[in-house]
Amino acid sequence: MMSVIGEMLSYPFLVRAFVGGILVSLCAALLGVTLVLKRYSMIGDGLSHVSFGAISVAVAAGWAPLPVSIPVVVLAAFFLLRITENGRMRSDAAIAMISASSLAIGIVVTSLTTGMTTDVSSYMFGSILAMSRGDVWLSAALSAVVLGMFVLCYHRIFAVTFDESFAKATGVNVTFYNVVTAVLTAVTIVLGMRMMGAMLISSLVIFPALTSMRVFKSFRGVVISSGVLATVCFCIGMTASYVFSTPAGASVVLVNLGAFLLFGLAETVLRRRIRWQPLRPGGRRGALPEETHGPKPAGRWKAIRPDGSKPHSHGE
Amino acid sequence: MNTLITCRHVDFGYEDRDAVVDLTMEVDEGDYLCVVGANGSGKSTLVKGLLGLIKPAAGELTVAEELRRTGIGYLPQQTAAQRDFPATVYEVVLSGTLSRRGMRPFYSAQEKRLAASCMERMGITELRKHCYRELSGGQQQRVLIARALCATSRMLILDEPITGLDPSAIQDFYRLVRRLNRDEGVTILMVSHDVANVIGQASKILHLQQRVLFFGTPEEYRKTAAGRRYLGGGE
Repeated sequence: MMSVIGEMLSYPFLVRAFVGGILVSLCAALLGVTLVLKRYSMIGDGLSHVSFGAISVAVAAGWAPLPVSIPVVVLAAFFLLRITENGRMRSDAAIAMISASSLAIGIVVTSLTTGMTTDVSSYMFGSILAMSRGDVWLSAALSAVVLGMFVLCYHRIFAVTFDESFAKATGVNVTFYNVVTAVLTAVTIVLGMRMMGAMLISSLVIFPALTSMRVFKSFRGVVISSGVLATVCFCIGMTASYVFSTPAGASVVLVNLGAFLLFGLAETVLRRRIRWQPLRPGGRRGALPEETHGPKPAGRWKAIRPDGSKPHSHGE
Repeated sequence: MNTLITCRHVDFGYEDRDAVVDLTMEVDEGDYLCVVGANGSGKSTLVKGLLGLIKPAAGELTVAEELRRTGIGYLPQQTAAQRDFPATVYEVVLSGTLSRRGMRPFYSAQEKRLAASCMERMGITELRKHCYRELSGGQQQRVLIARALCATSRMLILDEPITGLDPSAIQDFYRLVRRLNRDEGVTILMVSHDVANVIGQASKILHLQQRVLFFGTPEEYRKTAAGRRYLGGGE
Protein backbone atom coordinates (compact mmCIF):
# COMPACT_ATOMS: atom_id res chain seq x y z
CA MET A 1 0.00 0.00 0.00
CA MET A 2 2.70 2.47 1.03
CA SER A 3 4.72 1.50 -2.01
CA VAL A 4 1.78 2.29 -4.28
CA ILE A 5 1.44 5.73 -2.74
CA GLY A 6 5.16 6.31 -3.02
CA GLU A 7 5.05 5.28 -6.63
CA MET A 8 2.15 7.62 -7.35
CA LEU A 9 3.83 10.56 -5.71
CA SER A 10 6.88 10.11 -7.89
CA TYR A 11 4.87 11.47 -10.84
CA PRO A 12 4.71 15.27 -10.68
CA PHE A 13 1.34 15.42 -12.48
CA LEU A 14 -0.14 13.03 -9.92
CA VAL A 15 1.18 15.13 -7.04
CA ARG A 16 -0.46 18.17 -8.63
CA ALA A 17 -3.69 16.25 -9.10
CA PHE A 18 -3.63 15.14 -5.47
CA VAL A 19 -2.91 18.57 -3.99
CA GLY A 20 -5.29 20.43 -6.28
CA GLY A 21 -7.98 17.78 -5.95
CA ILE A 22 -7.86 17.70 -2.16
CA LEU A 23 -8.13 21.48 -1.95
CA VAL A 24 -10.99 21.65 -4.43
CA SER A 25 -12.86 18.79 -2.76
CA LEU A 26 -12.51 20.49 0.60
CA CYS A 27 -13.92 23.78 -0.73
CA ALA A 28 -16.71 22.02 -2.58
CA ALA A 29 -17.68 20.07 0.54
CA LEU A 30 -17.76 23.10 2.84
CA LEU A 31 -19.73 25.23 0.39
CA GLY A 32 -21.86 22.19 -0.32
CA VAL A 33 -23.14 22.08 3.27
CA THR A 34 -24.81 25.46 2.94
CA LEU A 35 -25.92 24.82 -0.65
CA VAL A 36 -27.54 21.49 0.18
CA LEU A 37 -29.24 22.84 3.30
CA LYS A 38 -30.59 25.83 1.40
CA ARG A 39 -31.97 23.52 -1.27
CA TYR A 40 -29.53 24.74 -3.91
CA SER A 41 -27.97 21.32 -4.55
CA MET A 42 -28.53 21.57 -8.26
CA ILE A 43 -26.64 24.85 -8.57
CA GLY A 44 -23.36 22.91 -8.67
CA ASP A 45 -24.67 20.81 -11.52
CA GLY A 46 -25.96 23.81 -13.43
CA LEU A 47 -22.74 25.74 -13.02
CA SER A 48 -20.61 22.85 -14.21
CA HIS A 49 -22.61 22.71 -17.43
CA VAL A 50 -22.25 26.44 -17.90
CA SER A 51 -18.56 25.99 -17.33
CA PHE A 52 -18.47 23.28 -19.98
CA GLY A 53 -20.13 25.59 -22.47
CA ALA A 54 -17.74 28.43 -21.67
CA ILE A 55 -14.66 26.24 -21.92
CA SER A 56 -15.76 24.76 -25.26
CA VAL A 57 -16.24 28.25 -26.67
CA ALA A 58 -12.87 29.33 -25.28
CA VAL A 59 -11.09 26.34 -26.77
CA ALA A 60 -12.78 26.82 -30.14
CA ALA A 61 -11.73 30.47 -30.18
CA GLY A 62 -8.23 29.61 -29.05
CA TRP A 63 -8.45 31.47 -25.72
CA ALA A 64 -7.17 30.26 -22.37
CA PRO A 65 -10.02 28.34 -20.70
CA LEU A 66 -9.85 29.62 -17.10
CA PRO A 67 -9.92 33.41 -17.69
CA VAL A 68 -12.99 32.94 -19.88
CA SER A 69 -14.94 30.41 -17.91
CA ILE A 70 -14.51 31.81 -14.39
CA PRO A 71 -16.26 35.15 -15.13
CA VAL A 72 -18.97 33.44 -17.16
CA VAL A 73 -19.71 30.91 -14.43
CA VAL A 74 -19.64 33.60 -11.73
CA LEU A 75 -22.24 35.53 -13.75
CA ALA A 76 -24.33 32.41 -14.13
CA ALA A 77 -24.14 31.87 -10.37
CA PHE A 78 -25.41 35.41 -9.71
CA PHE A 79 -28.18 34.85 -12.18
CA LEU A 80 -29.27 31.54 -10.68
CA LEU A 81 -29.33 33.05 -7.18
CA ARG A 82 -31.36 36.01 -8.35
CA ILE A 83 -33.93 33.76 -9.98
CA THR A 84 -34.20 31.78 -6.80
CA GLU A 85 -34.60 34.89 -4.66
CA ASN A 86 -37.15 36.60 -6.88
CA GLY A 87 -39.24 33.48 -7.04
CA ARG A 88 -40.57 34.30 -10.50
CA MET A 89 -39.52 30.92 -11.79
CA ARG A 90 -38.93 27.77 -9.84
CA SER A 91 -35.21 27.48 -9.35
CA ASP A 92 -34.99 23.80 -10.28
CA ALA A 93 -36.61 24.53 -13.62
CA ALA A 94 -34.36 27.52 -14.21
CA ILE A 95 -31.24 25.52 -13.44
CA ALA A 96 -32.30 22.61 -15.65
CA MET A 97 -32.94 25.03 -18.50
CA ILE A 98 -29.65 26.85 -18.12
CA SER A 99 -27.55 23.71 -17.82
CA ALA A 100 -29.08 22.08 -20.88
CA SER A 101 -28.72 25.26 -22.94
CA SER A 102 -25.06 25.78 -22.06
CA LEU A 103 -24.29 22.14 -22.72
CA ALA A 104 -25.95 22.50 -26.12
CA ILE A 105 -24.00 25.68 -26.91
CA GLY A 106 -20.77 23.92 -25.97
CA ILE A 107 -21.51 20.90 -28.13
CA VAL A 108 -22.61 22.91 -31.18
CA VAL A 109 -19.64 25.26 -31.01
CA THR A 110 -17.24 22.35 -30.64
CA SER A 111 -18.65 20.33 -33.52
CA LEU A 112 -18.57 23.39 -35.81
CA THR A 113 -14.90 24.06 -35.10
CA THR A 114 -12.60 21.37 -33.78
CA GLY A 115 -14.99 18.46 -33.70
CA MET A 116 -15.39 16.20 -30.69
CA THR A 117 -11.79 15.75 -29.69
CA THR A 118 -10.35 14.03 -26.64
CA ASP A 119 -10.07 17.50 -25.11
CA VAL A 120 -13.83 17.91 -25.07
CA SER A 121 -14.36 14.40 -23.78
CA SER A 122 -11.99 15.13 -20.94
CA TYR A 123 -14.08 18.17 -19.98
CA MET A 124 -17.12 15.97 -19.88
CA PHE A 125 -15.67 13.15 -17.82
CA GLY A 126 -12.51 14.65 -16.39
CA SER A 127 -8.86 14.04 -16.87
CA ILE A 128 -6.19 13.54 -14.30
CA LEU A 129 -3.75 15.47 -16.46
CA ALA A 130 -5.83 18.63 -16.24
CA MET A 131 -4.25 20.14 -13.11
CA SER A 132 -1.54 22.56 -14.13
CA ARG A 133 0.79 24.28 -11.70
CA GLY A 134 -1.27 27.46 -12.00
CA ASP A 135 -4.45 25.54 -11.19
CA VAL A 136 -2.87 24.19 -8.03
CA TRP A 137 -1.96 27.69 -6.88
CA LEU A 138 -5.44 28.94 -7.69
CA SER A 139 -6.93 26.03 -5.71
CA ALA A 140 -4.69 26.91 -2.77
CA ALA A 141 -5.83 30.53 -2.87
CA LEU A 142 -9.47 29.46 -3.17
CA SER A 143 -9.30 27.09 -0.24
CA ALA A 144 -7.56 29.71 1.87
CA VAL A 145 -10.50 32.04 1.22
CA VAL A 146 -13.13 29.36 1.84
CA LEU A 147 -11.50 28.07 5.03
CA GLY A 148 -10.97 31.63 6.26
CA MET A 149 -14.60 32.41 5.65
CA PHE A 150 -15.78 29.29 7.46
CA VAL A 151 -13.58 29.97 10.48
CA LEU A 152 -14.21 33.70 10.82
CA CYS A 153 -17.83 33.90 9.72
CA TYR A 154 -18.93 30.46 10.88
CA HIS A 155 -21.77 31.74 13.04
CA ARG A 156 -23.05 34.09 10.39
CA ILE A 157 -22.94 31.32 7.82
CA PHE A 158 -24.95 29.20 10.20
CA ALA A 159 -27.50 31.97 10.72
CA VAL A 160 -27.87 32.65 7.00
CA THR A 161 -28.16 28.96 6.18
CA PHE A 162 -30.63 28.15 8.92
CA ASP A 163 -32.92 31.10 8.61
CA GLU A 164 -32.41 33.92 6.15
CA SER A 165 -35.35 35.95 7.42
CA PHE A 166 -34.13 35.92 10.99
CA ALA A 167 -30.55 36.63 9.97
CA LYS A 168 -31.75 39.62 7.95
CA ALA A 169 -33.79 40.88 10.87
CA THR A 170 -30.75 40.71 13.16
CA GLY A 171 -28.73 42.77 10.74
CA VAL A 172 -26.69 40.16 8.85
CA ASN A 173 -26.06 41.13 5.25
CA VAL A 174 -27.66 38.03 3.77
CA THR A 175 -27.30 39.06 0.14
CA PHE A 176 -23.57 39.56 0.62
CA TYR A 177 -23.16 36.05 2.00
CA ASN A 178 -25.23 34.52 -0.76
CA VAL A 179 -23.20 36.30 -3.41
CA VAL A 180 -19.89 35.30 -1.84
CA THR A 181 -21.06 31.70 -1.61
CA ALA A 182 -22.11 31.76 -5.26
CA VAL A 183 -18.82 33.23 -6.45
CA LEU A 184 -16.74 30.76 -4.44
CA THR A 185 -18.87 27.88 -5.67
CA ALA A 186 -18.41 29.04 -9.24
CA VAL A 187 -14.62 29.15 -8.91
CA THR A 188 -14.56 25.78 -7.16
CA ILE A 189 -16.59 24.21 -9.93
CA VAL A 190 -14.49 25.63 -12.74
CA LEU A 191 -11.30 24.48 -11.05
CA GLY A 192 -12.56 21.03 -10.21
CA MET A 193 -14.45 20.45 -13.41
CA ARG A 194 -11.56 19.65 -15.68
CA MET A 195 -10.26 17.00 -13.37
CA MET A 196 -13.60 15.55 -12.22
CA GLY A 197 -15.57 16.20 -15.39
CA ALA A 198 -18.56 18.45 -16.01
CA MET A 199 -20.90 15.52 -15.49
CA LEU A 200 -19.43 14.53 -12.15
CA ILE A 201 -18.20 17.64 -10.36
CA SER A 202 -21.50 18.40 -8.64
CA SER A 203 -21.10 15.22 -6.62
CA LEU A 204 -18.19 16.86 -4.79
CA VAL A 205 -20.63 19.54 -3.69
CA ILE A 206 -23.54 17.41 -2.55
CA PHE A 207 -22.18 14.03 -1.45
CA PRO A 208 -20.11 14.99 1.62
CA ALA A 209 -22.92 17.13 3.05
CA LEU A 210 -25.61 14.51 2.43
CA THR A 211 -23.42 11.75 3.86
CA SER A 212 -22.57 13.72 6.99
CA MET A 213 -26.20 14.66 7.56
CA ARG A 214 -27.07 10.99 7.92
CA VAL A 215 -25.11 10.68 11.14
CA PHE A 216 -24.26 14.09 12.57
CA LYS A 217 -26.87 16.12 14.36
CA SER A 218 -25.13 19.44 14.80
CA PHE A 219 -24.23 21.94 12.13
CA ARG A 220 -20.66 22.01 13.39
CA GLY A 221 -20.47 18.23 13.18
CA VAL A 222 -21.83 18.21 9.64
CA VAL A 223 -19.38 20.89 8.48
CA ILE A 224 -16.31 19.23 9.97
CA SER A 225 -17.34 15.77 8.87
CA SER A 226 -17.99 16.98 5.32
CA GLY A 227 -14.53 18.47 5.05
CA VAL A 228 -12.85 15.34 6.39
CA LEU A 229 -14.99 13.00 4.30
CA ALA A 230 -14.34 14.91 1.10
CA THR A 231 -10.59 14.75 1.63
CA VAL A 232 -10.56 11.07 2.57
CA CYS A 233 -12.87 10.02 -0.25
CA PHE A 234 -10.82 11.95 -2.77
CA CYS A 235 -7.57 10.29 -1.68
CA ILE A 236 -9.09 6.81 -1.72
CA GLY A 237 -10.72 7.46 -5.10
CA MET A 238 -7.51 8.73 -6.66
CA THR A 239 -5.49 5.80 -5.35
CA ALA A 240 -8.11 3.35 -6.61
CA SER A 241 -8.11 5.08 -9.96
CA TYR A 242 -4.32 4.63 -10.17
CA VAL A 243 -4.35 1.00 -9.04
CA PHE A 244 -7.25 -0.15 -11.24
CA SER A 245 -6.65 2.29 -14.11
CA THR A 246 -10.16 3.72 -13.86
CA PRO A 247 -11.07 7.35 -14.63
CA ALA A 248 -10.23 9.54 -11.65
CA GLY A 249 -13.44 11.57 -11.45
CA ALA A 250 -15.76 8.58 -11.64
CA SER A 251 -13.69 6.66 -9.07
CA VAL A 252 -13.92 9.52 -6.58
CA VAL A 253 -17.67 9.71 -7.06
CA LEU A 254 -18.04 5.97 -6.47
CA VAL A 255 -16.02 6.19 -3.25
CA ASN A 256 -18.32 9.04 -2.17
CA LEU A 257 -21.31 6.86 -2.92
CA GLY A 258 -19.76 4.09 -0.83
CA ALA A 259 -19.29 6.49 2.07
CA PHE A 260 -22.90 7.63 1.74
CA LEU A 261 -24.19 4.05 1.93
CA LEU A 262 -21.91 3.29 4.86
CA PHE A 263 -23.15 6.31 6.79
CA GLY A 264 -26.72 5.39 5.93
CA LEU A 265 -26.13 1.97 7.44
CA ALA A 266 -24.55 3.55 10.51
CA GLU A 267 -27.57 5.81 10.88
CA THR A 268 -29.97 2.86 10.76
CA VAL A 269 -27.98 0.98 13.38
CA LEU A 270 -27.76 4.03 15.64
CA ARG A 271 -31.45 4.75 15.36
CA ARG A 272 -32.41 1.20 16.19
CA ARG A 273 -30.21 1.21 19.28
CA ILE A 274 -31.61 4.49 20.48
CA ARG A 275 -35.19 3.49 19.89
CA TRP A 276 -35.00 0.49 22.20
CA GLN A 277 -33.15 2.22 24.95
CA PRO A 278 -35.65 2.76 27.79
CA LEU A 279 -35.51 6.01 29.69
CA ARG A 280 -34.77 6.14 33.37
CA PRO A 281 -38.01 6.38 35.39
CA GLY A 282 -37.73 10.08 36.24
CA GLY A 283 -36.34 10.98 32.85
CA ARG A 284 -38.18 13.72 31.06
CA ARG A 285 -36.35 13.50 27.82
CA GLY A 286 -38.35 15.07 25.05
CA ALA A 287 -41.23 15.87 27.37
CA LEU A 288 -41.74 19.49 28.24
CA PRO A 289 -43.52 20.75 31.32
CA GLU A 290 -46.50 22.19 29.48
CA GLU A 291 -46.70 19.47 26.92
CA THR A 292 -47.38 16.58 29.23
CA HIS A 293 -51.05 15.90 29.61
CA GLY A 294 -52.59 13.62 32.16
CA PRO A 295 -50.85 10.76 33.93
CA LYS A 296 -47.70 9.54 32.29
CA PRO A 297 -47.59 6.02 30.91
CA ALA A 298 -45.31 3.71 32.83
CA GLY A 299 -42.85 2.76 30.13
CA ARG A 300 -41.77 5.42 27.71
CA TRP A 301 -39.36 5.29 24.84
CA LYS A 302 -37.45 8.12 23.39
CA ALA A 303 -39.59 9.83 20.82
CA ILE A 304 -38.29 8.97 17.39
CA ARG A 305 -40.56 8.56 14.46
CA PRO A 306 -40.79 4.82 13.86
CA ASP A 307 -40.40 4.93 10.12
CA GLY A 308 -37.55 7.39 10.34
CA SER A 309 -39.47 9.77 8.12
CA LYS A 310 -39.05 13.49 8.25
CA PRO A 311 -42.00 15.32 9.68
CA HIS A 312 -43.94 18.00 7.84
CA SER A 313 -42.14 17.92 4.53
CA HIS A 314 -44.00 20.03 2.03
CA GLY A 315 -42.20 19.09 -1.12
CA GLU A 316 -39.70 21.89 -1.42
CA MET B 1 -46.39 53.49 29.50
CA ASN B 2 -43.76 53.63 26.80
CA THR B 3 -44.68 53.53 23.17
CA LEU B 4 -42.36 51.15 21.33
CA ILE B 5 -43.49 51.59 17.74
CA THR B 6 -45.51 54.39 16.20
CA CYS B 7 -46.80 54.45 12.63
CA ARG B 8 -48.31 57.65 11.22
CA HIS B 9 -49.92 57.28 7.79
CA VAL B 10 -47.26 54.78 6.74
CA ASP B 11 -47.17 53.08 3.33
CA PHE B 12 -45.09 49.96 2.88
CA GLY B 13 -44.53 48.36 -0.46
CA TYR B 14 -42.29 46.94 -3.12
CA GLU B 15 -41.11 48.57 -6.30
CA ASP B 16 -44.37 48.85 -8.12
CA ARG B 17 -47.16 48.58 -5.61
CA ASP B 18 -47.91 49.38 -2.00
CA ALA B 19 -48.96 46.40 0.05
CA VAL B 20 -49.85 48.47 3.12
CA VAL B 21 -51.45 51.88 2.70
CA ASP B 22 -51.99 54.67 5.20
CA LEU B 23 -51.33 52.67 8.34
CA THR B 24 -51.67 54.50 11.63
CA MET B 25 -51.16 52.58 14.86
CA GLU B 26 -48.92 52.32 17.84
CA VAL B 27 -47.54 49.46 19.89
CA ASP B 28 -47.14 50.23 23.59
CA GLU B 29 -44.99 48.39 26.04
CA GLY B 30 -46.76 45.31 27.33
CA ASP B 31 -49.22 45.15 24.44
CA TYR B 32 -50.39 41.90 22.92
CA LEU B 33 -51.26 43.00 19.42
CA CYS B 34 -52.70 40.63 16.89
CA VAL B 35 -52.59 41.42 13.19
CA VAL B 36 -55.31 39.64 11.25
CA GLY B 37 -56.42 39.79 7.65
CA ALA B 38 -56.81 37.70 4.51
CA ASN B 39 -53.87 36.29 2.56
CA GLY B 40 -52.14 39.05 0.65
CA SER B 41 -53.56 41.76 2.87
CA GLY B 42 -50.11 43.09 3.71
CA LYS B 43 -49.48 41.38 7.04
CA SER B 44 -46.07 40.00 6.15
CA THR B 45 -45.10 43.28 4.49
CA LEU B 46 -46.00 45.08 7.69
CA VAL B 47 -43.77 42.72 9.66
CA LYS B 48 -40.87 43.30 7.27
CA GLY B 49 -41.40 47.02 7.56
CA LEU B 50 -41.41 46.95 11.36
CA LEU B 51 -38.21 44.92 11.34
CA GLY B 52 -36.59 47.51 9.13
CA LEU B 53 -36.15 45.17 6.17
CA ILE B 54 -38.11 47.50 3.88
CA LYS B 55 -38.34 51.24 4.24
CA PRO B 56 -41.68 53.01 4.45
CA ALA B 57 -42.62 54.55 1.10
CA ALA B 58 -44.51 57.33 2.83
CA GLY B 59 -45.46 58.44 6.32
CA GLU B 60 -43.54 58.24 9.53
CA LEU B 61 -42.37 55.14 11.38
CA THR B 62 -40.81 55.62 14.79
CA VAL B 63 -39.13 52.77 16.63
CA ALA B 64 -38.07 53.24 20.24
CA GLU B 65 -34.34 53.65 20.82
CA GLU B 66 -34.05 50.50 22.93
CA LEU B 67 -35.44 48.34 20.13
CA ARG B 68 -33.18 49.87 17.54
CA ARG B 69 -30.10 48.88 19.49
CA THR B 70 -30.61 45.14 19.73
CA GLY B 71 -33.36 44.71 17.21
CA ILE B 72 -36.74 43.12 17.66
CA GLY B 73 -37.07 39.48 18.57
CA TYR B 74 -38.44 37.84 15.47
CA LEU B 75 -40.05 34.48 14.88
CA PRO B 76 -40.31 34.04 11.11
CA GLN B 77 -42.56 31.59 9.35
CA GLN B 78 -40.85 28.23 9.31
CA THR B 79 -39.59 26.98 6.01
CA ALA B 80 -39.60 23.37 4.90
CA ALA B 81 -35.81 23.41 4.71
CA GLN B 82 -35.59 24.27 8.39
CA ARG B 83 -37.66 21.40 9.59
CA ASP B 84 -34.96 18.86 8.79
CA PHE B 85 -31.95 21.01 9.47
CA PRO B 86 -29.05 19.30 11.22
CA ALA B 87 -28.36 21.65 14.11
CA THR B 88 -28.53 21.28 17.85
CA VAL B 89 -31.00 23.30 19.87
CA TYR B 90 -28.10 25.15 21.46
CA GLU B 91 -26.64 26.15 18.10
CA VAL B 92 -29.98 27.56 16.99
CA VAL B 93 -30.63 29.48 20.20
CA LEU B 94 -27.10 30.88 20.31
CA SER B 95 -27.52 32.27 16.80
CA GLY B 96 -30.08 34.66 18.28
CA THR B 97 -27.34 36.64 20.01
CA LEU B 98 -25.74 37.46 16.66
CA SER B 99 -26.93 41.05 16.64
CA ARG B 100 -25.23 41.78 19.97
CA ARG B 101 -21.91 40.61 18.69
CA GLY B 102 -20.90 43.18 16.13
CA MET B 103 -17.99 42.02 14.00
CA ARG B 104 -16.41 39.65 16.51
CA PRO B 105 -16.11 36.20 14.96
CA PHE B 106 -16.87 34.13 18.06
CA TYR B 107 -19.38 34.17 20.88
CA SER B 108 -18.37 35.46 24.31
CA ALA B 109 -19.16 33.81 27.64
CA GLN B 110 -21.79 36.47 28.22
CA GLU B 111 -23.66 35.52 25.05
CA LYS B 112 -23.48 31.85 25.95
CA ARG B 113 -24.97 32.65 29.36
CA LEU B 114 -27.74 34.62 27.70
CA ALA B 115 -28.53 31.70 25.40
CA ALA B 116 -28.59 29.34 28.40
CA SER B 117 -30.97 31.58 30.31
CA CYS B 118 -33.30 31.91 27.30
CA MET B 119 -33.41 28.13 26.99
CA GLU B 120 -34.19 27.91 30.70
CA ARG B 121 -37.09 30.34 30.29
CA MET B 122 -38.53 28.24 27.49
CA GLY B 123 -38.00 24.99 29.41
CA ILE B 124 -35.79 23.49 26.74
CA THR B 125 -32.51 23.28 28.65
CA GLU B 126 -32.69 19.50 28.63
CA LEU B 127 -33.00 19.49 24.87
CA ARG B 128 -29.91 21.59 24.27
CA LYS B 129 -27.92 18.79 22.67
CA HIS B 130 -30.87 17.43 20.72
CA CYS B 131 -31.15 17.80 17.01
CA TYR B 132 -33.60 20.45 15.88
CA ARG B 133 -35.15 18.23 13.21
CA GLU B 134 -36.03 15.51 15.73
CA LEU B 135 -38.16 17.83 17.88
CA SER B 136 -41.92 18.09 17.68
CA GLY B 137 -43.43 21.17 16.05
CA GLY B 138 -44.22 22.68 19.43
CA GLN B 139 -40.71 22.14 20.70
CA GLN B 140 -39.24 23.66 17.56
CA GLN B 141 -41.39 26.71 18.14
CA ARG B 142 -40.01 27.02 21.68
CA VAL B 143 -36.48 26.85 20.34
CA LEU B 144 -37.23 29.66 17.90
CA ILE B 145 -38.79 31.79 20.64
CA ALA B 146 -35.73 31.24 22.82
CA ARG B 147 -33.61 32.37 19.89
CA ALA B 148 -35.75 35.48 19.42
CA LEU B 149 -35.51 36.26 23.14
CA CYS B 150 -31.72 36.26 22.81
CA ALA B 151 -32.03 39.29 20.57
CA THR B 152 -34.30 41.18 22.92
CA SER B 153 -36.68 40.56 25.77
CA ARG B 154 -38.67 43.69 25.06
CA MET B 155 -40.68 42.75 22.02
CA LEU B 156 -41.38 39.68 19.91
CA ILE B 157 -42.84 39.65 16.43
CA LEU B 158 -44.40 36.29 15.57
CA ASP B 159 -45.30 35.65 11.94
CA GLU B 160 -48.04 33.01 11.67
CA PRO B 161 -46.45 30.95 14.43
CA ILE B 162 -49.03 28.17 14.67
CA THR B 163 -48.82 26.98 11.07
CA GLY B 164 -48.22 23.24 11.07
CA LEU B 165 -48.77 22.70 14.79
CA ASP B 166 -51.27 20.16 16.02
CA PRO B 167 -54.21 21.39 18.14
CA SER B 168 -52.73 20.63 21.56
CA ALA B 169 -49.41 22.17 20.57
CA ILE B 170 -51.32 25.27 19.47
CA GLN B 171 -52.90 25.63 22.90
CA ASP B 172 -49.52 25.12 24.55
CA PHE B 173 -48.08 27.75 22.30
CA TYR B 174 -50.75 30.31 23.17
CA ARG B 175 -50.27 29.60 26.87
CA LEU B 176 -46.57 30.19 26.46
CA VAL B 177 -47.02 33.47 24.62
CA ARG B 178 -49.57 34.63 27.18
CA ARG B 179 -47.15 33.83 29.99
CA LEU B 180 -44.36 35.76 28.28
CA ASN B 181 -46.66 38.72 27.83
CA ARG B 182 -48.30 38.73 31.24
CA ASP B 183 -45.57 37.55 33.59
CA GLU B 184 -42.45 38.71 31.86
CA GLY B 185 -43.76 41.87 30.26
CA VAL B 186 -42.72 40.95 26.74
CA THR B 187 -44.57 42.99 24.14
CA ILE B 188 -46.08 40.71 21.52
CA LEU B 189 -47.04 41.40 17.94
CA MET B 190 -48.49 38.30 16.35
CA VAL B 191 -49.67 37.78 12.81
CA SER B 192 -52.30 35.08 12.74
CA HIS B 193 -55.19 33.56 10.83
CA ASP B 194 -56.55 32.00 13.95
CA VAL B 195 -58.81 34.91 14.92
CA ALA B 196 -61.19 32.85 17.03
CA ASN B 197 -58.45 31.81 19.44
CA VAL B 198 -56.48 34.98 19.35
CA ILE B 199 -59.30 37.34 20.18
CA GLY B 200 -59.58 35.89 23.67
CA GLN B 201 -56.05 36.81 24.63
CA ALA B 202 -54.93 39.80 22.62
CA SER B 203 -55.14 43.28 24.06
CA LYS B 204 -55.35 44.93 20.64
CA ILE B 205 -56.44 43.80 17.20
CA LEU B 206 -55.26 45.23 13.91
CA HIS B 207 -57.30 44.10 10.92
CA LEU B 208 -55.50 44.81 7.67
CA GLN B 209 -56.82 44.78 4.16
CA GLN B 210 -54.09 46.91 2.65
CA ARG B 211 -55.67 49.70 4.64
CA VAL B 212 -56.55 49.45 8.30
CA LEU B 213 -60.05 48.02 8.59
CA PHE B 214 -59.94 48.05 12.35
CA PHE B 215 -57.51 48.95 15.11
CA GLY B 216 -58.59 48.70 18.73
CA THR B 217 -59.52 46.34 21.52
CA PRO B 218 -61.02 42.88 20.90
CA GLU B 219 -64.29 43.94 22.57
CA GLU B 220 -64.78 46.72 20.04
CA TYR B 221 -63.66 44.44 17.24
CA ARG B 222 -66.45 41.99 17.98
CA LYS B 223 -68.97 44.76 17.35
CA THR B 224 -67.66 45.83 13.96
CA ALA B 225 -68.81 44.37 10.68
CA ALA B 226 -65.33 43.19 9.79
CA GLY B 227 -64.95 41.49 13.14
CA ARG B 228 -68.32 39.75 12.93
CA ARG B 229 -67.56 38.43 9.49
CA TYR B 230 -64.18 37.10 10.62
CA LEU B 231 -65.40 35.61 13.86
CA GLY B 232 -68.46 34.03 12.34
CA GLY B 233 -71.81 33.52 14.04
CA GLY B 234 -74.19 36.28 15.08
CA GLU B 235 -76.05 36.54 11.84
